Parts: sequence; structure tokens; C-alpha cells
Amino acid sequence: MIRAALTALTILSALPASAAEETAVFGSEFGRPLLFRSTTDIRVLGPTIQEFTRLNPDIHVIYEQWGSNALFDESRSDCDQGRGADAILSSAVHQMVELVNSACAAPYRSPQTEALPADRRWRNELWGITREAAVMIYNTALVPPEDVPHSRFELLDLMRRNNPAYQDRIATYDIEASGLGYLFAFSDSLEASTFGALLEGFSRVDAVATCCSNEIIQGVSSGRYLIAYNVLGSYVSTQYRDNVSVVMPEDYTLFLSRAYMIPRHARNQGDATRLLDFLLSARGEALLKESGLVQRRDPEETFLPESSERAIPIDPMLLVARDQHRRKRFIAQWRATFGAPQFLSP
Amino acid sequence: MTDAPRPDAQRSLSSRVVTGVLSLLFVGGIIVAIASFAYGRQAAREAYDRLLLGAANDIAESISVLGGEPLADLPISAFKLLALAPDDRIAYAVRGPQGQLLTGNDFARPPTDTRVTTGNPHFFDHPMQGDTARFVTVYRRFAERDFSGTVSVTVGQTIAARNAMALSLTRDALIASLVAGVALMLLAALVIRNAMEPLNRIASELLDRDPYDLTPMDRNVPAEVSVMIDAMNRFMLRLDRQFSSMRNLISDTAHQLRTPVAAIRAQAELIGEETNDDARQQMVTRLTRRSRSLGELLDQMLSRALVIHRTDSAPRLPIDLRDIALEVVDSRDHELLAPETEVELRIGPDEVIVLADEISLTEAAKNMFNNALRHGASPVTIGVTVEGTNAALWVEDAGNGPPPEILDRIGERFERSSASSGRSAGLGLSIVRAVASAFQGEVRMAPGENGFRVTLLLPLRPTRTGDPQ
Repeated sequence: MIRAALTALTILSALPASAAEETAVFGSEFGRPLLFRSTTDIRVLGPTIQEFTRLNPDIHVIYEQWGSNALFDESRSDCDQGRGADAILSSAVHQMVELVNSACAAPYRSPQTEALPADRRWRNELWGITREAAVMIYNTALVPPEDVPHSRFELLDLMRRNNPAYQDRIATYDIEASGLGYLFAFSDSLEASTFGALLEGFSRVDAVATCCSNEIIQGVSSGRYLIAYNVLGSYVSTQYRDNVSVVMPEDYTLFLSRAYMIPRHARNQGDATRLLDFLLSARGEALLKESGLVQRRDPEETFLPESSERAIPIDPMLLVARDQHRRKRFIAQWRATFGAPQFLSP
Repeated sequence: MTDAPRPDAQRSLSSRVVTGVLSLLFVGGIIVAIASFAYGRQAAREAYDRLLLGAANDIAESISVLGGEPLADLPISAFKLLALAPDDRIAYAVRGPQGQLLTGNDFARPPTDTRVTTGNPHFFDHPMQGDTARFVTVYRRFAERDFSGTVSVTVGQTIAARNAMALSLTRDALIASLVAGVALMLLAALVIRNAMEPLNRIASELLDRDPYDLTPMDRNVPAEVSVMIDAMNRFMLRLDRQFSSMRNLISDTAHQLRTPVAAIRAQAELIGEETNDDARQQMVTRLTRRSRSLGELLDQMLSRALVIHRTDSAPRLPIDLRDIALEVVDSRDHELLAPETEVELRIGPDEVIVLADEISLTEAAKNMFNNALRHGASPVTIGVTVEGTNAALWVEDAGNGPPPEILDRIGERFERSSASSGRSAGLGLSIVRAVASAFQGEVRMAPGENGFRVTLLLPLRPTRTGDPQ
């Protein structure tokens, strides 16, 4: 499926005057253009968009893949200058909430959006499309089964054991470089008191804060890291490697819904709403599930008690995460553990 | 009252009440809507202002001085409060002593004009990116070793939730008033049915009644309906009076005419049998006199019937009694009746107004006058005077009046002696009495200044100032 999609898309690596990391075009170039910006990897979401353009041949989607911080900055200035993409899908939900709170979004209602639960939409301007878990991953070859942490407490215990094998071999997102990493860490800090202890643990084992899901997963696969904390589960399942295994923490597992927004100044709002309805439709959801972007609870597979699922709600409380002072304090606390920013290549 | 039937005259009371209640509901609904919307807005404003203030205070509490700088640790609880208005956008700003933005949205500015009243929270309306929004600013003073000054916290929120609350309060109030209106309408229908019940009873009572039964109807009905019953009873009373006066007229006529007619017939027969011319001539003269007094009797009986009829039915108009007296003298009847009698008219310069029927009064006056001419002694005076609140029309002659035993019975309807003798003084006076009682007056017969005086006393028309004219 992925391979089939990849044959259909053209990857234009370096477009001038755009901060997009990658760009792909789906559908006939004679259709109406729909500029779609997302933090999601084109390879992951591509098949779904491909199907959308197949069902809607009058639309061709220009898919730009962005980093979450760059996408936010661009969308913010687009909003002020009265231009912008036609649709935005970002995993940094708190940034999207701020965009909506700044009146940068256009409202839309349809049976599909009304069917969303209340914590997955806000003001009929922001909708949670996916459902992805924040998980721990480990290298199956290098981590002995008795060391595999099934919850944050077990991870804490492991880090406190002062086992030199794990020194400098545990990774997590750099929260300054990754909007998603910041969101996960921030949600952790709200969710439980274990967060302070976790930071202390990370400090003890000289954990590595690095950017980007792909780097972390590849690092675990290659053996550079043994365990990675708060990795987006969807990326692991799509880039599945035999020696990487996934653990959904049993104390609680954060679930993220990537937020879809139609900018107020979008030129092609009509097609953007069609894409939204498609993503929320049964067909769209099936495709997203296939791509690992919708992870339904399956007790037989995950052994996860229901109460341990914590969805990150799409609501104005995420504005707290965006507050400059709060962010300053939080990052200061984080930096005290991880030291100066470091970007290690895997 | 016009003769043409009004189109709404036939409409049922229920439909009128329904129309009334509906228009009341409509007008009331508008008033209730406006009032409850104003109230709802007020209530929503107060409720959500408290949330706003709570959030601002939460944020202000979270500020601490760290390294010489005030640093806010934005509390989740503040945003949980604000999220009670789930679909409203939020703006906040924490500013230092010089108004410089420490954290938050730069466009959320504290009010510039209230720098002096920094002690109290200050609410104000200000647009937020094109939407109406409500803001509050609270102040917190710091006096630390490394930082001193006032930090302002401004929190704002759009007003979608407030409007929704105001609208829902309005809707609830309208629903309540609608329910009340329906209840009112049902109640009104019930009350009308109950109130109209006596009318049905009256109708069936009327239908069951004997046509000659003119006794008053049962007045045991609600006050509103009793107006109608009273009117009906009064009407029936009048009808009854008319009936009985008609019956009286017929029986009186029959009774009073029988004797004179029989006498005339007997005399006529005698004339036919009489052969002596002198005796015959004498009898013819007597017959003529008889038939003339029969004519007078008839005249008076008819005029009495006329008076009784008119006093019941003719409208009461202001009449100057002097006109009546003048007319009686002007008609010159006395020149025919008693040519040798001296007649005097005594009236003042001021008008003497009573409320009465002119024809009835004239009849009464003529009868009083003619009685005096016929039975009294010359001179006969007719005059009009004012006695206190009464107007008096009187006739006086120089004689001593009738003997006391006649005076007692005088004016009664049956006076066989007068009828059989062909005279009609009793009947004439009974007309005067009927007129007097019809216009709330009285008849007085007493010796006067120069002889016997018959007076018709009638109340003066009350003037605007209350003074009798």
C-alpha cells in the first residue's frame, strides 16, 4: 500500500521560498489546488491523501510536510498577513489551539464534525483527526526481558539502578526543538507527580534529548539507544523494525489527536472541508488506522486498563502550555536535567 | 346605538376573550422577552464576570518574583475556569509596572484611565480580533527586596457563552409565559362558561313564562347579569303599568259611559214618545247638555290615558312652567267654558325649569284650570312660583273649594257621582295626580291667599351651581 502510494507521489525535496521539509503533489494537476500543510510524514499520511484525490478527481493536493514549530510560526504570520494554506494538520495541538484562539481559523460544521467527542473539537474550528499513543520503545535485542519497563515506575526503577548499560542510552524528545515533545512533556507534568522523578531519573542516566521521531526510532533500532520515552507510537508501527518493540505505559498512556484546522484566509475552504469530512469518514478512518494514525483500544493486544488512557483534549487549557513564563519555567526545569541543547545524529 | 347590526355583535364572548388574551400574550411576550433578555444578559454578565475575575486572581496569585523579575506560573485552574465557557476565545496578559508585557497576548491591555484605582478589579468591554469580548484587569503589588511595583493581570474572553446563557434564560422565560398564557386562556374559557350559565337559565325561564306574567324575574344572579335583569324587570313593570292602565281605561270607560249613554238613550226614547212640543224642546235641550258632558268625559278619559302613557314613555325635557301656564291661558278655553269668569295670569320674570313631558304637564294644567272654571268662583288665577327646591304651578279661585268629604276622595279613579252627574272633576284631578307622581311631584289642595288653591309641585331642575333658577 505504502509502496503503491509512493509511486504515485512526486517528492520535491527542495522548493525555494518555503520552509517545508518535503513537498508532494497528489491527484491531477488540472484539478483545483489544495495547499495542505502537515507535520505528519508524507509517507504515513500519503496513502490517505492519495485515496482522497482518487475519490475527488477535481482536487489536487499539494502536501507540504513541516516541522511543528516552523509550521506554527508560518501559520501565525500567514494569519496576520491574510494568506495561508488551505488546511493544516499538526501534531502540536497546543500550537493549533493558540492559532484558533487568535481567530486564525474558519468555522465549519457537518455531521462528521458534530459526531466527534467534545474533547476532540473546539469552537467548530479545530478537530482531532487521529488517535495516537505516546509510547516507550526499546531494542528487543539489547534490552533483556526483565529490564523492559511496562510503566513509568518501572522505567524509574530501571534508571535508579545505576546500570551502566543504560548510561547515555535512553532518549526522549528535545522539548525545545519539537513542539510535540514539549506537548507530551507538558501533559506528563500535568498528569502525574512522576514527572519530577522522571526528570531526576533522566538526569541520573544522562538521558539524551533529541529531535524528531524518526531519529529516535532509528537510534533505538540501530542500538544507539536502548530505550526511548514518549515516542509517537504511530511512527513506530509504520516504520516497524523487528528489533524495536512498543510499550504502552500501564500507569497511563497519553493519546494525541492531530488537529485539523482551516485557516481563516484559506482560498480553497470548500475543498478543505471536503478533505476534513473525508478524514473523519469511515473510509478515511480506516485508511488512517491502516497507517497507524488511529490506534483503537484493544484490551487483548495492549492489556491497558481503560482508565489509563489519557487523551490530550483539544481545548483552551492547552494555552497554558503556550504561555511564555510557564514555558520558560518548564524549559528551565528541563534544561537543568538535560543540559544545553544538543542535537546528536543517530 | 345604530340600527345596522355590528359585525362583532354576534361574536362569542369566548372568542373575544381569546383574542384579548392572545393580544395580551403577544404584547406581554414582547415585554417578557425584552425584560428577560435584559435580565438574562445581566445574569450572564455577572456569572461569567466572576469566572473571569476568578481566573485573573488565579493568575495573579501564581506570580512570584524570581531573580528580580515577576514570573507567572500560569495555573491550569485559571483556564479550567475560563473553559466553563467552552467555545469562547481567551486572551490574557501579565504586565509589569511600566505596562511592559511579561507574558500573554500583547493586545490584552489594561484600561489606561484607571491607573489610580489599582486596588479594585476593573471590568471593561473591548473587541478581541473582531469579536466582542469582556475583559477584567486585577493588580498585584510586590514589595520584595529585588522587585517592587504593581503587576497587572488582564484576562478577557469572547462572549458566546454569555449570549447563549442570556438567550436560554430568555427562552425559558418565554416558555413559562406561554404556559401561563395557555393556562390563562383555559381559565378564562372556564370562567366565561360559568359566568354565562345564569344567562341560559334566564333564557329558559323567559321561554317557560306565561305571556301575561309580568312579575319581576329572579334577581339571584351575578351582579353583571343583574343589570340586565333589572332593566328587564323595569321594562316589564312599565309594560305592566301600561297594560293595567289600558285595562283601567277600558273598564273605566265601560263603567263611566254606561250610565250616561243609558240616560241619553232613555231620553231619546222619551223624546220619540213625547207629543207635546214644549216638553219635547225641553227634553232635546237636556239631551244636548247630556251628550256634551259625555263628550267632555270622553275627552278627559282619553287625555288621562294619554298622560299615563306619556309619563311612562316620553323623554323628560327641561320645560319652563311659565310656558305651560301661558299656553293654558292662551288657548282661551275659559271663554267657551265660563265666559263670565275673570282670568288672571301671574308669572315672574325668571324661567322656572322642571324636567317633564310638556304634553302631560299641559294636560294637567288645563284640567286644574278647567276644574276651577267649572266649579270655582271668579276670578280664577293661574300662576307659577318657586317654593324652595320645588316649582309650583297653581290655580286659585275665589271660592271655598269642595266640601271636605269630597276633598278626601277627590282624584280617585271611580267617582260615580261625578260620572253619573256628567261632571268629571275627579277624573281631571286624577290626571293631575298621575302627572305629579310620574315626575316625582305632588298635588296640594288647600285654601290659598284669596280662595281655594290647587298646586302641582314639581322638583326644579338642578342647575350646574345647584341654585334653583
